[in-house]
Amino acid sequence: MEAAYFVVARGRKSVSPHSSSARRRAIPGGHVYRTIIGSRIRSQLAYRTSFWLNATTSIAVGVIEFVELYVILANVPVFGGLNLRQAALVYALANAAFALADLVFGQLDTMPSYLRLGRLEVMLVRPMPLMLQLITSDFQLRRLGRAVISVVIIMVVLPGLDLQYTPATVYLLLITPFTGAAIYAAFFVTAGGLQFFLISGEEFTAAFVYGGGYAGHLPGSVLIAPLRVLFTFVFPATVTAYLPALLIMGLPGAEFLPAWLGWFAPLFAAWAWLLACLAWRAGIRRFTGAGG
Amino acid sequence: MANVSEEPIIAFEDLRRSFVVRQKAGRVRRRTRVVHAVDGISASIRSGEAVGYIGANGAGKSTTIKMLTGILVPTSGRVRTCGYDPVPQRRLLAREIGVVFGQRTQLWWDLPLRDSFRILGAIHRMANLDAAIRTEHLVERLGLAHLLDVPVRQLSLGERMRGEVAAALVHRPRLLVLDEPTIGLDMISKERLRHFLLAERAEFGTTLLLTTHDMGDIERLCERVLVVDHGRLVFDGTLANLAARVALQRVLVVDLPEPSPDLRVASATHIGSELNGQRQRLAFSPQHTTAARVLAEVSGKTEVIDLTLEEPAIEDIVRTLYGVP
Amino acid sequence: MRTYLLLAAAEFRRFSTYRLAILAGVFTQSVFGFIRVSILFAAISEAGGMLAGYDEQSASTYVWLGQALLAPVAILSWTEISERVSTGDIAVDFARPVDLQLAWWARDLGRASLQLLARGLPPLFIGAVTIGFALPQSWTAYPLGLVSLILAVSISFTVRFLVNLIAFWTLDVRGFVGLYIVVGSSLCGLLVPVHLFPEWLRIIAYATPFPSMLQSPIDVLSGYALDAAAVAVVGSQVAWLVFLVGLARMVQWRAAQRLVVQGG
Repeated sequence: MEAAYFVVARGRKSVSPHSSSARRRAIPGGHVYRTIIGSRIRSQLAYRTSFWLNATTSIAVGVIEFVELYVILANVPVFGGLNLRQAALVYALANAAFALADLVFGQLDTMPSYLRLGRLEVMLVRPMPLMLQLITSDFQLRRLGRAVISVVIIMVVLPGLDLQYTPATVYLLLITPFTGAAIYAAFFVTAGGLQFFLISGEEFTAAFVYGGGYAGHLPGSVLIAPLRVLFTFVFPATVTAYLPALLIMGLPGAEFLPAWLGWFAPLFAAWAWLLACLAWRAGIRRFTGAGG
Repeated sequence: MANVSEEPIIAFEDLRRSFVVRQKAGRVRRRTRVVHAVDGISASIRSGEAVGYIGANGAGKSTTIKMLTGILVPTSGRVRTCGYDPVPQRRLLAREIGVVFGQRTQLWWDLPLRDSFRILGAIHRMANLDAAIRTEHLVERLGLAHLLDVPVRQLSLGERMRGEVAAALVHRPRLLVLDEPTIGLDMISKERLRHFLLAERAEFGTTLLLTTHDMGDIERLCERVLVVDHGRLVFDGTLANLAARVALQRVLVVDLPEPSPDLRVASATHIGSELNGQRQRLAFSPQHTTAARVLAEVSGKTEVIDLTLEEPAIEDIVRTLYGVP
Repeated sequence: MRTYLLLAAAEFRRFSTYRLAILAGVFTQSVFGFIRVSILFAAISEAGGMLAGYDEQSASTYVWLGQALLAPVAILSWTEISERVSTGDIAVDFARPVDLQLAWWARDLGRASLQLLARGLPPLFIGAVTIGFALPQSWTAYPLGLVSLILAVSISFTVRFLVNLIAFWTLDVRGFVGLYIVVGSSLCGLLVPVHLFPEWLRIIAYATPFPSMLQSPIDVLSGYALDAAAVAVVGSQVAWLVFLVGLARMVQWRAAQRLVVQGG
């Protein structure tokens, strides 16, 4: 929930689709979210077995997604120019970023069903920005679990790398999960905006939301050229972890993916959010019939 | 906003809304046609009124509601609700109105009812104490106290609708809009709801706009009726005028113990018999008499085993409005 | 028998109305396909052109066949039965004259047939015109491949059926479904061929039916496993199917008992 304030407060393009004057006043989202979280935790804890099962599944997902990288690197010594430990850093940073984005904006993937059920119209009659209502509409403990685990993974991975902890390195290590999260969050929001235009939107947007997540966990240099361009300059997935990781580890990049681009992660995040806000606003206009 | 007493709380000026509909015409080709859901409606509703908004399905009722609550933008014309332009000023407007959608819920499905009230209080930025007092008042008036800890999805339809109405009123809106609130409810629940709305209006002066298929709702709650057909307003006046113009009739259907000849009573007209006269239909005008009177007269002539009361259908009303010269 | 054919046909028709969904799915599949191709190509080039029997061409075949078969084999969740258990509708299903498992099996085959055409062909087409892939070297790959595919769909169905039946014993199946998805998708050869797994992981994978759901039909259809090897693969699929169907019969019987005892 704090992250919601954080994202809005960082002065990025407003995600609120309506009047900008209200943005400056305090948003009641915090209190509302706290109430919802409280209720959800209580109700999810009531089902003991499934809570633990859900939690272990979240952990398992994180570990099993790593299996692919592990298997590849069990066969070849270097993958995309990175060995296992180095690839693990990329993976860990991307995982943390994605988990954080999912924690805050993950509820947007229920938008298609909300649209079908008419829940969005009900939300429009409330004095709260639609986006804020959607992301606070539910709270899944497993998302929190995943985010926590992702931090643990970073802690596990770092020592094995023998890094030089310069100010630059520390800066990058601290900021990358957040710029990465901002980028992945922008994918969620873009996907959300597109749901207003497409009937089976979620199938289509999965291409860049989860495809982007997939690509972001990998050493970007393995991607073939067209994908590299797509996932760096349109949906900047490689900037969420790979490029900053190169900078942290002092490694060079590849064609179209020079390491120094990693310094511009905040800029890429702003770009991603620009797309997201355009998509979202366009979506709302379509929904309220303002598009004609 | 400013000058509540002078400015109408809802104003439509030549309101229009059209949709482009793509239909299949043949195996592959698509035909597009334009549907005028709302085709030039002008009306104004003053603060404190209770207005019924009726029409056949697809006549444009829901579309109008969407436009005045900020969900849909008009294609042309103007709408002002509480002085605001609904879509651009959606959030400001939302503080002044409460909406109950009959088919959709605004409550939190998996959470106990009390949580929905608490969350709504927070959304409307009410002080905790204020929200609690207001919720308490609504809960008591609507008989929801024993349901507060029940998850909304486990409530019956009648219970849920009472919850919805309470939820829409937590923030003391000036205007309450109800879109088919009594659909699917049994008589007792309907009465409870109507009784509550009357009391609430009497105490707080809330303006009421109600769309419904149930003429009983209109009779109980509304002084004014707007009838819409194919996107146009075909009647705007009091219920009494409507009744007079349309010669609103109710029908008493009586089941008799054995086949009988057509009943003749003073206060009603015999309009049909079934099963050789074992079931007979008597139409009467509610302006001139009551169902009880008719029943009394019928009982004076023969034994009545069972009875039903039929309300005039909206479609018939509309047809009559068009047909009356 | 006719009933089951009708059920399969009805399911076929039902899914064909979701045309837009299918188009969207194909687009996403292509993106994922290209990503996976990138991964394998990078690994293979790092390994000097050949890795665990895969060169670039056969790796491309593996990826696009995987994308194509993903929808028909449907390893991912499907909880209709468990939902019907929680609402109690399942009692109606048991009361019908058609057997529960066979009825759903027939429906699943119908669904798979449509998805094979709708979602299976496009990735193959895209793969063929973009990166290109190799066709199997022996004609026996096609008939054997078809058999392998039918077996794979059936194995996948039976496992999903079993997972759904868990609903008779616990209220919240979602956790189990989640676990099934995670374990299943990692061991079936969805992301990387099982043949690339290190020894210890490969043993674990083959101890489960998951590889036979996806890796096996891919191996046979792509020609990775040829002639005798292909027959062996199909044979192992048959063994798994027999075992799982037997298990499912038993569990279904127990579930029916439970239904009777609890009174619905």
